[in-house]
Amino acid sequence: MSQKTYRDALREALREEMLRDERVLIMGEEVGVWGGTYAVTRGLYGEFGAKRIVDTPIAEEAIVGTAVGAAMGGLRPVAELMTINFSLVAMDQIVNNAAKIHYMFGGQVRVPLVIRAPAGWGQLSATHSQSFEAWFAHLPGLIVVMPGTPYDAKGLLKTAIRSDNPVMFIEHARLYGVKGEVPDEEYTLPIGVSEIKRPGRDVTIVSYSRMLHVALGAAEELAKVGIECEVIDLRTLRPLDMAPVYDSVKKTHRALIVEEDWTTCGMGAEIAARISRYRFDSLDAPVERMGQVDVPMPYARNLEALMFPDEESVAEKVRDMVA
Amino acid sequence: MAATSPSSVSAEDAAGINVTAAEATDWFKKMSLIRRFEERAEEAYGQGKIGGFLHLYIGEEAVAVGAMAALRPEDDVITHYRDHGYVLARGIEPKRVMAELYGKATGLSKGKGGSMHMADVKRHVWGGYAIVGGHIPLATGLALANQYRNLPRVVACFFGEGATNIGTFFAGLNLAAVWKLALVAIVENNRYGMGTAFERVSAVSDVYKKACAFDIPAEQIDGNDVLAVRDAVRQMVERSRAGGGPQLIEAMTYRFRGHSVGDPQRYRTKEEVEEAKARDPITRWRRTVLTNGLATEAELQKIGDEVEAEVEEAVRFAEISPAPDPRELCNDVLVFEEVNRVPEDV
Repeated sequence: MSQKTYRDALREALREEMLRDERVLIMGEEVGVWGGTYAVTRGLYGEFGAKRIVDTPIAEEAIVGTAVGAAMGGLRPVAELMTINFSLVAMDQIVNNAAKIHYMFGGQVRVPLVIRAPAGWGQLSATHSQSFEAWFAHLPGLIVVMPGTPYDAKGLLKTAIRSDNPVMFIEHARLYGVKGEVPDEEYTLPIGVSEIKRPGRDVTIVSYSRMLHVALGAAEELAKVGIECEVIDLRTLRPLDMAPVYDSVKKTHRALIVEEDWTTCGMGAEIAARISRYRFDSLDAPVERMGQVDVPMPYARNLEALMFPDEESVAEKVRDMVA
Repeated sequence: MAATSPSSVSAEDAAGINVTAAEATDWFKKMSLIRRFEERAEEAYGQGKIGGFLHLYIGEEAVAVGAMAALRPEDDVITHYRDHGYVLARGIEPKRVMAELYGKATGLSKGKGGSMHMADVKRHVWGGYAIVGGHIPLATGLALANQYRNLPRVVACFFGEGATNIGTFFAGLNLAAVWKLALVAIVENNRYGMGTAFERVSAVSDVYKKACAFDIPAEQIDGNDVLAVRDAVRQMVERSRAGGGPQLIEAMTYRFRGHSVGDPQRYRTKEEVEEAKARDPITRWRRTVLTNGLATEAELQKIGDEVEAEVEEAVRFAEISPAPDPRELCNDVLVFEEVNRVPEDV
């Protein structure tokens, strides 16, 4: 085991899979000569060359569309979108092509494609600070992965590249520098398996991606006053593995979902609905949700700081729930 | 390479035409098959046996048949939603196409796609796509895969003139040109995007001129002349296969029916349609075949009878085929594999 950043873990996954399977290629804006806008692909252009690390124009519909076509034609492309915000330009290719082709042609065509894109924010205002995981998780025909740790990021990206299905792999710009334990030997992780990141008995906190760290920080603080939170990391948003959540709620009788997206029609709404359907009798309190304030992202630093739950607000919510 | 305007010499005028008797009768048969197949599909639609949209290709048959004749079996084909003609011209069994229209389990896409989504990957037909222009980047991607894998295949991508004002046309063909891919874009210009005349909404209404945006060879041809289509597509396909990069053909044609069955066609006059029917590609080809002694009247009559029988058999097959098993509803959403096990609730 050694400590590696989320960024380096992702790069290792890409590199290992490219060495393992020559059908794997990376395409996107600035992935090659520049080395990746967030430096995830740094060094790969020098190692693999322009055939396998393909710089594209700023044309997301062409990045995703050609990647879908290349996947149909026998390759295993990893398409990088500079940020998740730009996925909107490619939405028709993702929704109507990537997610539908296998079904609408009766299973004849496969689309073994990964679309990588980071969510994130940092005084980038309204159009560059969004998080659309719920939109993608809404779609049959797509797998949606959103890892929170370097270990999960590497293991899940390797599996996503090997999958015969289209995978939306959503990273987070503010996690790229986060370090964690990553084995030096090869490993993969299964898609569609949630994980208990911290065991506890009093309240279940369901989270993923960057908010996982906020939830874990709050749980650490709460433990000091004797409140033990069980923190569950979904890791994959579609298919959604609810089994650890159901088991946990049976024990804690309380559930809080913490997400970075807007809560209206978000992942938390789906999870709350499932908990109330399948653990109605276990609940001692309403299922709670925390997420981004329901407004477009402002630029000013002080306003931006008000947008997301933090360790303090999550801890306060949990204290209210157990009061 | 500069774009060129239409050739003034039609196949009929040319002295001694470059086509064998076998090709001549094959094309006559395929065009007749598409025509008769769609007339019967239109009837079945009227009887409520076919649902949704039914976009008929009647009047445009020479484009699909001429283009397919220029391709090798391993060349890739990807099309827009007015797609019955392409799959029939590719030699796919009419009964499986009709069964798809009927929404039957025996259909090309197991009854899950319908009229707009015909695919047969074994014959390198990658499907019909129903978002205008949405498949053009897919064609680029297929061609990229062929180049990457060193396969000497050309991708033939069909779409209408209406798809040349949307971003995917520019984004897709731009990359095909940048990467010098083996791709031939065959633009079927039938003059109307639904009910809107092309020149009303396109700053440049000769599509072949738009190819200058990609600096690729382009040509406007008579799309109702099956031989002219075959020859032009063949030249472009072979040039593309030889490393000449993407090419664009604008085949001028006309649809005799509405945009879809049920279109009241208020946007054009009956006279205009009648005038276009005087250039019917099947009648023209029949005349060329007879004039050049490539077949006799009796032989063409026999082909017509065969087509009639084949279409009737397709209808019968579609009628008696079973509807998809309800258990099929949830199949083919994802490729089943260990890595994406879907956990059961509770």
